[in-house]
Amino acid sequence: MAFTTEAIHRLAALARLALTDAEAEQMAHELDGVFALLDRLQAAPTDGVEPLAHPLELTQRLRDDAVTEPDRRDALMALAPLAENGLYLVPKVIES
Amino acid sequence: MHSKRYEAVIGLEIHTQLTTRSKIFSGAATAFGAEPNRQVSWVDAALPGTLPVLNREAVACAIRFGLAVHGTIAPCSVFARKNYFYPDLPKGYQISQYERPVVSGGALTIRVGDGANAYQKTVHLTRAHLEEDAGKSLHEDFHGMSGIDLNRAGTPLLEIVSEPELHSAAEAVAYAKALHALVRWIGICDGNLQEGSFRVDANVSVRPRGATTLGTRREIKNLNSFRFLHQAIEYEIAWQIDQLESGRAIEQATVLFDPTKGETRVMRTKEEAHDYRYFPDPDLLPLVIPAEWIARERAALPELPQALAERFEASYGLSAHDAALIVSDKALADFFVATVEAAGVALAKPCANWLLVEVLGRLNKEERTIESAPVTPHQLAALVARVSDGTLSSTGGKQLLAAWWAGDTRSADELIDALALRQVNDTALLEQLVTEAIAANPKSVAEYRAGKEKALNAIVGAVMKASKGKANPQQVTELIRRALAS
Repeated sequence: MAFTTEAIHRLAALARLALTDAEAEQMAHELDGVFALLDRLQAAPTDGVEPLAHPLELTQRLRDDAVTEPDRRDALMALAPLAENGLYLVPKVIES
Repeated sequence: MHSKRYEAVIGLEIHTQLTTRSKIFSGAATAFGAEPNRQVSWVDAALPGTLPVLNREAVACAIRFGLAVHGTIAPCSVFARKNYFYPDLPKGYQISQYERPVVSGGALTIRVGDGANAYQKTVHLTRAHLEEDAGKSLHEDFHGMSGIDLNRAGTPLLEIVSEPELHSAAEAVAYAKALHALVRWIGICDGNLQEGSFRVDANVSVRPRGATTLGTRREIKNLNSFRFLHQAIEYEIAWQIDQLESGRAIEQATVLFDPTKGETRVMRTKEEAHDYRYFPDPDLLPLVIPAEWIARERAALPELPQALAERFEASYGLSAHDAALIVSDKALADFFVATVEAAGVALAKPCANWLLVEVLGRLNKEERTIESAPVTPHQLAALVARVSDGTLSSTGGKQLLAAWWAGDTRSADELIDALALRQVNDTALLEQLVTEAIAANPKSVAEYRAGKEKALNAIVGAVMKASKGKANPQQVTELIRRALAS
């Protein structure tokens, strides 16, 4: 399949990436290559094969329900550009 | 209104916070009300290189829920990433379940309405899946910025999705309340609506009555009270019918309910809808639940509200209404069971009456819950026993209850003597009072003799008043009848 730059811009918006038109065209070209590989995978016969959730044939380990983590606020907050009264400050975003 | 020509179709998605001590994928605490950002681990803050490890108790909660609604518990389920950007979601995705949820199917029987119009309905569930909660954004003014508190990020949620089988606001509220009672009953959620432990999204559409396809739906987000749920759905149904009647199509949208205006308003339309790009989370392996684990959870499950209500009706002779009311709350049901144990099964019905009318009446008036009732099941049982053996009139019973309510710690029998509550059964004294009452109420006597049975009440009332409520009303009625028959 051939990627349109429109589709690339839509994907970029979802991933919060700013792409110039030139970059979008470059990206479309590269993704076409990736999808050519995927098309070959799609052609493999998979009738009656259970979808694979994880390549490791292991199951999830569980932990006991115990509080084991200390308060890390000071350490984490030191990494933030802006904080006040124990809150991280970010540009105002009302769910849109 | 054109509501008779239209049918509303409603499905609910309910987010219940699970009662674990630690988060679903980290060992940080989940307690409500901590100072902002004090309960955030490296994992919750999404530091690179950290990995989630699943909390066993969160899975146990999901199993218990699946058993309680007779759903199917997946022997193998999968966690997926739901991708979106928002400042209170540090990873840029929420770990949820998508194609293979931990619970699928199941049903809940609800009771809708009151009195003669009440009816039962079975509501089927689509699924219930485990996921993590996001943090909180505070939009008060921080110099034009938003404040982020990540304490809630990573709190375990079980999202419970119903089939679109509800057809009115009343049905939706009855279902939400039944589910609320159930999750508290099995101890997987504290049900605290104010603190956001139980949050409801409602998908609402309308269609011409008799149509088989669904209309376009609008989703009302984040309703955190049963009253708002009712108001929001009522408004939304009326609004959608109005749109259709005016020849306008409904556009798929997510809306918010504004409680002060009593209206819903659009938050985003279909074009702006999120594209979550779900895919299996490579950081988490498939969750395998062996049959032995399910069997252990089944064995530990308490008797469920519906089964208990049926037992109250069959063995104790309670009405369906009273039984449903008692099992609407686990603490209330526990109180009732303890009262009947102390009073004896033969007195179960008066126990229910005293509990539901007098005790709950007082609690409701004071906006208190059964947990804080100033009487114990043993005291209530003693009261019911003394009323039923004739020691107390019901007025005397209420006075006894009032004494305990005011903090008196003496036993029923001590208080009956101390407050002179003993019902007067002395026939000679009662006959005297009856004679006086008949003489003082010639009009009622004449009416009764003319065939007006109700006229007797006035005379009984006069005797009760003269005895200061201590006469036995049945005995008084009998004595008056006999006196007037001669």
